[in-house]
Amino acid sequence: MADLRNNFVGIKSPNPFWLASAPPTDKAYNVERAFKAGWGGVVWKTLGEAGPPVVNVNGPRYGAIWGADRRLLGLNNIELITDRDLQTNLREIKQVKMNWPDRAVVVSIMVPCDEESWKAILPLVEETEADGIELNFGCPHGMSERGMGAAVGQVPEYVEMVVRWCKQYSRMPVITKLTPNVTDVRRPARAAKAGGTDAVSLINTINSITGVDLDSFSPTPSIDGKGTHGGYCGPAVKPIAMHMVADIARDAETRGLPISGIGGITTWRDAAEFMALGAGNVQVCTAAMTYGFKIVEEMISGLNNWMDEKGHRTLEDFVGRATPNVTDWQYLNLNYITKARIDQELCIKCGRCHIACEDTSHQAITKELNGKRHFEVLEDECVGCNLCVNVCPVDNCIDMVALEPGMLDQRTKKVVAPEYANWTSHPNNPMPTHKKLEPAE
Amino acid sequence: MANGVLKEGIAAGRLAAGEYQQNFSDLHVPFDAHEARVEADRCYFCFDAPCMTACPTSIDIPLFIREIATDNPLGAAETIFDQNILGGMCARVCPTEQLCEEACVRMEAEGKPVQIGQLQRYATDIAIAEDRQFYERAPETGKRVAVVGAGPAGLSAAHRLARYGHDVVMYDAHAKSGGLNEYGIATYKTTGNFAQREVDYVTAIGGITTVHGKALGHDFTLAQLSAEFDAVFLGIGLGGVNALRAEGETAAGVANAVDFIADLRQAKDVASVPVGRRVVVIGGGMTAVDAAIQSKLLGAESVTICYRRGKENMNASGFEQDLAASKGVSIRHWLSPKRVLSEGGKVVGLELDYTRMDGGKLVPTGETVIIPCDQIFKAIGQSLASDGEGVDLMGGKIAVDGEGRTSVSGVWAGGDCATGGDDLTVTAVAEGRDAAESIHRALIGSGITAQARLVEGARTHG
Repeated sequence: MADLRNNFVGIKSPNPFWLASAPPTDKAYNVERAFKAGWGGVVWKTLGEAGPPVVNVNGPRYGAIWGADRRLLGLNNIELITDRDLQTNLREIKQVKMNWPDRAVVVSIMVPCDEESWKAILPLVEETEADGIELNFGCPHGMSERGMGAAVGQVPEYVEMVVRWCKQYSRMPVITKLTPNVTDVRRPARAAKAGGTDAVSLINTINSITGVDLDSFSPTPSIDGKGTHGGYCGPAVKPIAMHMVADIARDAETRGLPISGIGGITTWRDAAEFMALGAGNVQVCTAAMTYGFKIVEEMISGLNNWMDEKGHRTLEDFVGRATPNVTDWQYLNLNYITKARIDQELCIKCGRCHIACEDTSHQAITKELNGKRHFEVLEDECVGCNLCVNVCPVDNCIDMVALEPGMLDQRTKKVVAPEYANWTSHPNNPMPTHKKLEPAE
Repeated sequence: MANGVLKEGIAAGRLAAGEYQQNFSDLHVPFDAHEARVEADRCYFCFDAPCMTACPTSIDIPLFIREIATDNPLGAAETIFDQNILGGMCARVCPTEQLCEEACVRMEAEGKPVQIGQLQRYATDIAIAEDRQFYERAPETGKRVAVVGAGPAGLSAAHRLARYGHDVVMYDAHAKSGGLNEYGIATYKTTGNFAQREVDYVTAIGGITTVHGKALGHDFTLAQLSAEFDAVFLGIGLGGVNALRAEGETAAGVANAVDFIADLRQAKDVASVPVGRRVVVIGGGMTAVDAAIQSKLLGAESVTICYRRGKENMNASGFEQDLAASKGVSIRHWLSPKRVLSEGGKVVGLELDYTRMDGGKLVPTGETVIIPCDQIFKAIGQSLASDGEGVDLMGGKIAVDGEGRTSVSGVWAGGDCATGGDDLTVTAVAEGRDAAESIHRALIGSGITAQARLVEGARTHG
């Protein structure tokens, strides 16, 4: 039995699966249910400053895209931070933490970007004995128009300033939640680190319009014929989130900064991938909103079984293991040569590999042999691009096989060299360094 | 179970009223929009798709399925009708498990093909329900073509000829158009008067006049038609029924399966159609299965199909055989009718020879069996009801070339009455269509120009 216990910047939880700051963590009722279901921790839905709570739209808040059987692939929302009274939230947080001392309770906060506002709320949160705070610098809609959320997260100087205030006026661990709606997520991450943050969490949701009603020409979700951009999340955003997590994990300035991974995590495998790229734990929202809290049972059991199978005793055994393998294009080994190989036993002869290659790529897959449908790779044309693997509907039918050093590449008529060689030393490089560079790690 | 099941002899009303409705309702529940999208999503959009090659009318199946998947059922219907204007009926009656669905790569992958027939029905039903016509007639050519037989071949030919701007007069011996679609297919395969709705949809293109109750050889001759029209297409089907060649087959209770099937289709209330308590159906094709299943559905206590060869030789598809078995029909092989037993002129049983293959020849083994029964349906094949009126025959059918041309200049033929094809609705549609193309080329002279005009002018959208 693997040990799933998580220690994230000193915040302990029985497993690395937290619920992200979002509707599922808006009140005690939901959070109690989540803890009963087995979630390791929650980030309580974002609190705002004292005074009249924010108001939400009264029409639809969510939009979605689906697969053919209405499997939800991506969700978008225009909900704001909590619309409940601050004191009610604080009271409930305190009670829940008291009821569940072994679970992580982190409180998300978003107040106006001035020192007084932050100075005012921090002691109130600290009084709940919550385990830490998460700074919501990511919310892309509504609050950002009022100078909060993503409006702060998109300006590294503001990020650093607010983080500094939080560290100054609170003893709680600070997790800075980053917006993906920037060109380079490393800038706000570096700023958060400079401000003294204990960790970053990412990604928040992505600016999006999920659809357009082609009768009314209103974006969806439609509020009385109008729509606005909302925050996109769910399985569709996972690749974008993982790239950003990896970017921060391997950046020279932010390397080692704890990361709480967020973005489309639906299964134990998604979680393991984020953690392999450097996330110390993960936060989940859309999957819970789609299927309910019970999914955490699958996540716990799946991660457990995988760790046992691979001999990972604790989370630390695999967190960050993939990070050093993320590199820049220029450091990829150009002497690594692969060819697609189609398993004729498994092939069902749909011909998708052929037409994809023929129409859009390298004309490297046949369509017939002796008048019969037959799909086979022409090694003298195959560049090893992997498109056929990706379009093939059959598991493991097409493999990319690496040529061994010493073998002849039929396409280039060159013998595969045994040594690693990248673009920096390639004769075609117009700016050759004349000295082969190795990746940093 | 109503007591009527045990009533001796041939009788109507064996079942309770509600049972008939249930028994003769649609064999396949049609897809709703969501089911259609989910099933359409299973299609891999194969390159040079095997299903399309397997379709006798070469419907672009991956394209129409993709159109369904993208919420464009009318586009899908147009793709189907481009190749097969009777795509609605074919979706119901095609032995898809021997054609497109057998070829589906998902068969190889998992033994569960995309349900192409059901998807085709989904799209064509929508177009027909909305009466969306996709084709306009080309300018009138002034040429007149006679189409004899308003079945699948004739309707297909007439539609294509009308599209090209020719004037079509369609003759049919029956009171209604549709041919076997109207008279020869099991009731539960085409419910809701679909055959007539489809005829109306096909002929709505215009330029087609239909004359009912006139039969070739009775009311007019081929020579008369040839004199009056610029071309003639014969799609007269096989109107004759083969004899059992068994002693005593004139006894009351021996009937043609095709007539029984037609009676059921034409009955206002199927409960009024009488059926025996114990029924024997002689034959191994779709007609035998349709008659046997419907006998059972009408409340016959026992129904036995007797076929003179083995299971592997049966023309009825595996699906049809399984369907029959699931309805309680027993299928017996290697039995050939020898003598009809009767009492007081009424059938009381059938004596059959056991058969076997001997040096490639079917021979009786010398042993016999008697199956007690009060009704016997003959479903041992149909034959041409015409002597050809001067057109060359081959193997009992009208001899045609690859384009459907007969030995007589100006006369084409297709469907079951002509050589070639598998006596399927879908092959009749293909042959009618292709003969129409050939007629058009012959009438206009330059096929290329006319084809180009069809492509430019005839589609109303797309």
